[in-house]
Amino acid sequence: MDTSMLATLLIKNGLITAFVFVGVVTWVSYWLSKNLTRGHVHGSAIAIAMGLALAYVGGVYTGGSKGLADIAIFSGVAFLGGSMLRDFAIIATAYGADLTAIKKSGWVGAMSVVIGVVLSFVVGALVAVAFGYRDAVSITTIGAGSATYIVGPVTGTALGASSEVVALSIAAGLIKSILVMICTPLAAPYIGLNNPKSAMVYGGLMGTTSGVAGGLAATDPKLVPYGAMTATFYTGVGCLIAPSILFFIVRFLVE
Amino acid sequence: MIVYGVALLSFCMLIGTYAGNLLGNLLGVNANVGGVGISMVLLILLSNMSNKKLHLNAMSESGIYFWSAMYIPIVVAMAAKQNVIAAVSSGWLAVIAGVLAVAVSFAVIPLISRFEVGDEADHEVR
Repeated sequence: MDTSMLATLLIKNGLITAFVFVGVVTWVSYWLSKNLTRGHVHGSAIAIAMGLALAYVGGVYTGGSKGLADIAIFSGVAFLGGSMLRDFAIIATAYGADLTAIKKSGWVGAMSVVIGVVLSFVVGALVAVAFGYRDAVSITTIGAGSATYIVGPVTGTALGASSEVVALSIAAGLIKSILVMICTPLAAPYIGLNNPKSAMVYGGLMGTTSGVAGGLAATDPKLVPYGAMTATFYTGVGCLIAPSILFFIVRFLVE
Repeated sequence: MIVYGVALLSFCMLIGTYAGNLLGNLLGVNANVGGVGISMVLLILLSNMSNKKLHLNAMSESGIYFWSAMYIPIVVAMAAKQNVIAAVSSGWLAVIAGVLAVAVSFAVIPLISRFEVGDEADHEVR
């Protein structure tokens, strides 16, 4: 089989090629996480960073705006990472979240989620304004990205933000996620992060599911499901209020 | 049947997206407002209902868990198709927004922890 036949095969089976691509990126990332950072930076964070780096390479190579997906053999990546499957997978993460366990964490757990989303949103939105963004859609998308790298693109897609702004929102969320992973084990003794309840409050405040899960895994693996549970709600609450209430507030303030 | 789980998940997404579009129309924005969040709430409510008719067995659940586990790989693919070049040209924005968001969130933890003291939920969790 010569190269063009192989390329045709990969293009015709775009989604399958994308599965292999993501699998390889993930494998390399977890290898790097284990051997280069001794597990301090979670593999998923490295994988996402590699995705962004490869999108940069793809952009340089093709001059297009869809990152790696502009290269024909990686066109399936655009479908796998498109809004339909992305939203589908995010909704799936909510499954198994136990309402009674959430209720047990009381008002504090619920409040921490809302406070966490609004705080990060306000910080991100102010930074966006400081950098010269004046339209409500861009400010909201970047603010939402400061919540998590999921809320950013979901909000951006809903409001029709430009791909550049969506990429910025992902980058902001990714930096937050990586920082949370690194800082959690260091901060744990100072913030009493040693029981399920404080893990839930912490997950609710920080929100980034991979950051919280990675950070708690490095602190105490038993705490992971509790933190991840509220972090899951964070993404849901963020997706609910960022493109709606928070967007309207921003639009009211800007216009 | 695995497909029952996948179908329930899909059902929640379609209803949530429809509700999100409806909400968007009501609010005067031509957009899907909170559709993903509504879908998540719907899935949590349905999966927590005591009604045995809706109870999924382990096999059906695995249809949902599969997609839940595909969340990070899909996000990797999503990252790989972004217009990163455009984002990098104003790179400091992302760094500053990310760092400040973490710093502010950390700063608030002691405040929230103070509210925790004397919370009745304390006893139930431990």
